[in-house]
Amino acid sequence: MIKIENLTKHFPGLDRPAVNKLSLEINEGEVCVLVGPSGCGKTTTMKMINRLHEPDEGEVYLNGKRASEMNQIDLRRGIGYVIQEIGLFPHMTIKENIATVPRELGWDRERINKRVRELLDLMGLDPEIYSDRRPAALSGGQRQRVGVARALAADPPVMLMDEPFAAVDPITRARLQNEFLRILDKMDKTIIFVTHDINEAIKMGDKIAVLREGELVQHSTPEELLDAPANEFVAQLVGRNRSIKRLHLIRVEDIIEEDADKYSVAAESGRKEIKDKLSESKVGALMVTDEQGCLLGRVDEQSLKKEGETAGELVDEIHDQVTADSTLNDSLSVMLESGEGYVPVVDEEKGFFRDIITLQDLLQEVRQG
Amino acid sequence: MKKENIKLLAVTVAIFVTGLVMVYYVMENPTDSMVERMLSRENIWRAFREHLVIVGVSMAGALAVGIPGGILLSRPRFYYIGKVFENIVNIGQTVPSLAILALFYTILGLGFNTAVFAIWLYSILPILRNTFAGITSISDEVIESARGMGMTGRRILTRIELPLAAPIITAGIRTAIVINVGTATLATFIGAGGLGDLIVTGLSIRRNMIIITGAGLSALLAILLDFWIGQIKLRLVKW
Repeated sequence: MIKIENLTKHFPGLDRPAVNKLSLEINEGEVCVLVGPSGCGKTTTMKMINRLHEPDEGEVYLNGKRASEMNQIDLRRGIGYVIQEIGLFPHMTIKENIATVPRELGWDRERINKRVRELLDLMGLDPEIYSDRRPAALSGGQRQRVGVARALAADPPVMLMDEPFAAVDPITRARLQNEFLRILDKMDKTIIFVTHDINEAIKMGDKIAVLREGELVQHSTPEELLDAPANEFVAQLVGRNRSIKRLHLIRVEDIIEEDADKYSVAAESGRKEIKDKLSESKVGALMVTDEQGCLLGRVDEQSLKKEGETAGELVDEIHDQVTADSTLNDSLSVMLESGEGYVPVVDEEKGFFRDIITLQDLLQEVRQG
Repeated sequence: MKKENIKLLAVTVAIFVTGLVMVYYVMENPTDSMVERMLSRENIWRAFREHLVIVGVSMAGALAVGIPGGILLSRPRFYYIGKVFENIVNIGQTVPSLAILALFYTILGLGFNTAVFAIWLYSILPILRNTFAGITSISDEVIESARGMGMTGRRILTRIELPLAAPIITAGIRTAIVINVGTATLATFIGAGGLGDLIVTGLSIRRNMIIITGAGLSALLAILLDFWIGQIKLRLVKW
């Protein structure tokens, strides 16, 4: 899909090249993360793909065609582009921002409107509310979503993303990453993703290319990177606690057993049913769900001392939960924050209770790895 | 009618009415025959018309040069020339307007053309400077993402740079127009007429009514034009 061959770029006034004889192949539908410390040439490499920088030597091939021989404007319109500070146009509405490339391509109004609504829905932003707002009226996380929507607008097969989630707080970032991976799952996009955060690289990448001083150090899957770092530099970048990093690679839904019944009671269940199920529960608590199966809270031995007959009356509030598409690392942080040895897992789309995940489950995964 | 249109209309009418009432009053109540002669309908209209022509021609010329000039200097390859130019402009702005007129009188002689030329040159400065500053102050990320999405240079200029610089450019035009109307009252010194005629004559024959008429009309003109450009900005800049 994308083939980078011997790419070299010198910037005037610097003694060493920003990118030095870099070769890399990215398969169709793959997320390739370029990772490395600042000044390693990752952004420069990315910008040579859509020719915001012209290489001094070497060539980028897109589907076998030389990028340098393509019309620069057409090339860029066919590649989605998200940059660090997102670069939304402050004078345009959200709708106009997202419609940028379609409008450059001359789509008709109806098609543009339809596409904008589609994308806002996809990003979980209500089109009725957000279409006509301006970027200044949005939160950081919402702006990032709009930035991604804008890059997806003309449905480009290739996307370039330069630290797209860097400018938001860690919690929002984790949520955006999960959302983005979920959205990606439904599409077949080839993505070059630049980051300096090795954890983000491990979480987002199908393949990771580690760069140092403009040269490729290692190009492999995240698992290989963790198991067999090519040299001391990569080992240091990956860090000591590799088993914890491995938790970034596994999603909660991959290890839960869908034991929703075992760990939950319906809101209308009586004391007897609660007692019976509690004795079975390995975490000493039960989740209480409403008729749709959504999480209302929890009950344990303590709650049984309260007045009331049904689970709905005895229920205690619960603040912590993870979505099924979160990584094990996300759920570990939640457990550490809450101080409990478990956390309930809910469906990311419908919100119903699916299972619980415990510290033991995590330990087991680490041991297996 | 929209609220903003009502405001535009109301203020415009108020300024016109104020001017007309003032002119009507001084024509009906002259303090003596000299004032009566000076403040005849023909004489006031002549001075006002000359003033309008000086302002109109020099402003049109200043816009025609200042905005394209500012855009040109803001292009990356001229950026440093632009910076140098910006400083020259800032120094140029410190020369008093009367001195500018006097300077060009020594070169070009008396008359309307000299006045228009000098005032034109003087009005270019804030427009050019603000156009340059407005465009170059746009964040790099915004321009880079526009380029990265395949917008052509021309489209980036018309859809991104000019709209984003519009508040600063219009601020420059407002500065220019207020200076312009004020400086045009000095055109009388080099024989170009205008409302300055009334002020200077009033001064020399010590008739306050004539001075106030000339000064009042030019002030009202400046307020009106400034208000109009402010209104244009409000309609252009919605963010």
